[in-house]
Amino acid sequence: MVLALLPEICLLAGAVLALISGSFLPRRRQWVSRLIAVAALLATAVTAAVALPGPPTTVFDGSYAVDGATGIARLVLALSALLVIGLGVDELAGGKQESETYAMLLLSTTGAVLLAGADDLLVLAVAFLLTSIPLYGLVGLARTPAAAEATMKTYLLGALSGITLLLGVTVLFGVAATTTYAGLAERLPAAPVAAVALGVVAVAAGLLFEAGAVPLHAWVPDAAQGAATTAAAFLTTVPKLGALVALYRFVEVLPGEVAWPLLVAVLAVVTMTVGNLAAFAQDDPRRLLGWSTVSQVGYLLVPVAVAGRSDLALPSLLLYLAAYAVTNLGAFAVVAAVPGVRELAGYAGLAAARPWLGGALLVSLLGLLGTPPTAVFVGKLTVAAAAWDGGSAWLALAVLANTLLSLFYYLRWIGPTFRRRSAATDDGAATAPPRPWAAGAAVAAGAAGLALGLGAGVAWTLLDVTLIR
Amino acid sequence: MLSIVVFLPLAAAVVLAAARGLPDAVARWAWVAVAAVDLALVGVVWAGYRTPPPGALAWSEQVPWIPGVNSSYHVGVDGLSLPLVALTAVVFLACAVYALREERRPRAQAALFLFLQTTCLGLFVAADLILFFLFFDLSIVAMYFVIGGWGHGDPARSALKFFLYTFLGSLALLAGFIGLYVAASPHTFDMVALAAAPPLTGAPVGGGLVLAAVLVGLAVKTPTVPFHTWLPPAHTDAPAVGSAVLAGVLLKMGTYGFVRIAMPMLPAAWRAWAWVIVVVGVVSVLYGAFVALGQTDLKRMIAYTSVNHMGYVVLGVGAAGLVAGADAATRQVAVTGAVTQMVAHGLITGALFLLVGVLRDRAGTYDMASFGGLARPAPRFATLFAVAAFASLGLPGFVGFVAEFQVFVGTIAAVPAAALALPGILVTAALFLRALQSVFTGPAEATTEGFGDLRRVEVWSVAPLLGLALLFGVLPRPLLDVIEPAAQAVTSMVGR
Repeated sequence: MVLALLPEICLLAGAVLALISGSFLPRRRQWVSRLIAVAALLATAVTAAVALPGPPTTVFDGSYAVDGATGIARLVLALSALLVIGLGVDELAGGKQESETYAMLLLSTTGAVLLAGADDLLVLAVAFLLTSIPLYGLVGLARTPAAAEATMKTYLLGALSGITLLLGVTVLFGVAATTTYAGLAERLPAAPVAAVALGVVAVAAGLLFEAGAVPLHAWVPDAAQGAATTAAAFLTTVPKLGALVALYRFVEVLPGEVAWPLLVAVLAVVTMTVGNLAAFAQDDPRRLLGWSTVSQVGYLLVPVAVAGRSDLALPSLLLYLAAYAVTNLGAFAVVAAVPGVRELAGYAGLAAARPWLGGALLVSLLGLLGTPPTAVFVGKLTVAAAAWDGGSAWLALAVLANTLLSLFYYLRWIGPTFRRRSAATDDGAATAPPRPWAAGAAVAAGAAGLALGLGAGVAWTLLDVTLIR
Repeated sequence: MLSIVVFLPLAAAVVLAAARGLPDAVARWAWVAVAAVDLALVGVVWAGYRTPPPGALAWSEQVPWIPGVNSSYHVGVDGLSLPLVALTAVVFLACAVYALREERRPRAQAALFLFLQTTCLGLFVAADLILFFLFFDLSIVAMYFVIGGWGHGDPARSALKFFLYTFLGSLALLAGFIGLYVAASPHTFDMVALAAAPPLTGAPVGGGLVLAAVLVGLAVKTPTVPFHTWLPPAHTDAPAVGSAVLAGVLLKMGTYGFVRIAMPMLPAAWRAWAWVIVVVGVVSVLYGAFVALGQTDLKRMIAYTSVNHMGYVVLGVGAAGLVAGADAATRQVAVTGAVTQMVAHGLITGALFLLVGVLRDRAGTYDMASFGGLARPAPRFATLFAVAAFASLGLPGFVGFVAEFQVFVGTIAAVPAAALALPGILVTAALFLRALQSVFTGPAEATTEGFGDLRRVEVWSVAPLLGLALLFGVLPRPLLDVIEPAAQAVTSMVGR
């Protein structure tokens, strides 16, 4: 059992060690705790990869699933957190709370992994708290008025949805007398439909907050804009991944009498549309990305809506999650590399002065748009195919129509980047030497996004997994 | 072999993009050299081409890509794609030669055009819907940067309009592809498999909707009325080589999609809706011709004649679906004419756009009223433009005549009402004669004095295109021998 949970243990141990070492180290030697965090994440990724081909199993009396989906989630989450540290090193190094930041990143990542694997409502509740509480801290670390407001918003929404989640757990436990998913799948069909529906909606609310989906999305753009870039990159990626796998696992146990597919489908369409429309008018690249992540969650909810009705649903969800993580982090890495630029027009001249960085931004933004051969294209394609295959062709069409909407604002960013800069308005912020680690992370993420798209066939063989209860 | 043809330009583009210190002259000549080598390789492919059995492809290569959704890297050529592959290589070489005089960031331009060449070649050899879509989308991205980066006038706006419009088309296309995939049993994106066992034959509504999605996607790209509004601004503001590629090659992606995807994979729906396609074709022919007649901007006028010329292609492929109207041999003539028209339009309009670029280069405008009596200071320019204009209006002896004649023979036999499109030829003739008259004869305008005649690179880029148009106009057999078996195969597939 201990071996089965080795990746989670690595993460937790890394968090604790980073925190303790940080308390004893002088500020200029906090790189030691960075090393600890990176080593812990690498160990998590390696142990997760080694465990991937193993037989699916559950631990702790069926309350936590160690199957293919958990394995992929562990791998993707650990690598994402690694990339977040990579793009944030320049910002964090030598800062006041460097090691605390690493500890919170690792703790929240642990929570996201637990979310992905939770096979019991109580584990789900614990994982929710473990993911979200460090998030509040991460947002607030920036110590600016905007960050304070974003923290407040995140905390209030998080607390509200956390309570709702616990309420849902209570109701479902009340009608089914169990909290394990195996037990719920067995007993919920016999339970009163209204009570089950209430419980389902309440539990889903918690997960929707974590994923940043409508109607609990309001914190995402504020936090993406107000928080430090490292924290922004993290909170728009890692919690979402865990929450979406958790949601998929949760809806799979629900009885057919509750019309959850329709609910999720409607939320998916509303989420992607709201995210895209709101991103239109943004001038701050981080806020634009914040809204863009909301729309991406909309696409990611599509395979959840057809869970169990198409063989493509789970693999397409996992593929899209991985693709989204690397592409979104690539865009944030470019933002982190040119910290002086706070509006889209400021990117003028970037591609001419820094062709690699401009190229990475182009690949990331076209990736988020879903241009082949990037990874998100394959994700979007399989997601739309899954929706159509699952009998919801209209969902596939909604995905495509929203992709068209999103083109406009991604082009608003690509346009200036590749334009010549005009001497009159240029403050040199875009063409100043970029932060080296962030620029490296941006290029690496761009390359990884392309490689994952071109090598989607290989990745797919890993993703062809089933859930275990 | 095909993979080398497709990816050689891409490899060269990557090298050019990465080599920052490269002198401009080296970059320009490297582009010409790579385009020439690629054309030579296409020559090898053509020489080794043996007509494959119906439904199969020559020179085919297949490697699994995303086995989970049965998508593979599958390429091959047949009589429909080989002429277009050759056309692509020829037009891009002409553009490379023309751009030897480019002053603005020649290295970046060479890299971008080589990338664009890969996307065009890749699209024409693709035998998998996802691969087709990949190249379709990337060609849009590349063209966006061509217009935005090297255009004039209001390039940012035109590029954005181009991107938004054609991206809408590509998404409609993708929706259609997913529909085909889901309807096929077993699920697959492979074109050969889908054409061999077309899905949705027994589902008129589903088939009609999927066809509608595919048709909208292709019609935006072609473009046909009413989806043509992105074309005039894109052409007007694009650089000369960009316009030549856009009109000469990129527009063919739409019409090629009709014969490669829509007709073989959705034959029942195609037959059911063929009359709509014929109507759209007739309207495009007439509308394009009349609107072109009303233009004062020479480049815009040529852009609208593209709508007219592409209308003939649509007319021809539409007639192929009217099974009740004519026998298979007649319908096959229409399809052959349509495919020939794609080649003809690529050669002739490519040459025309390169020539019009000279006007802007010398005088900074395309306005016909600003020019007059240019034949005296620029005799070479006047000669080549006159040849191109006559070729474009369908004079016998040029490949355009061969194409349009076959389209009309096949179409009018199938649906006599298609004769309504005949005045289109007349109007086109009138507008080209009027343009010739206005620009090259008559009193001299302010721009006439000191108007430099064509330079050597301009002659060497345009003349070969017109030479080929003349060659295939006089001796069409080598071209038709390749196209006819494939046209026959498509016609019989639609008749299933």
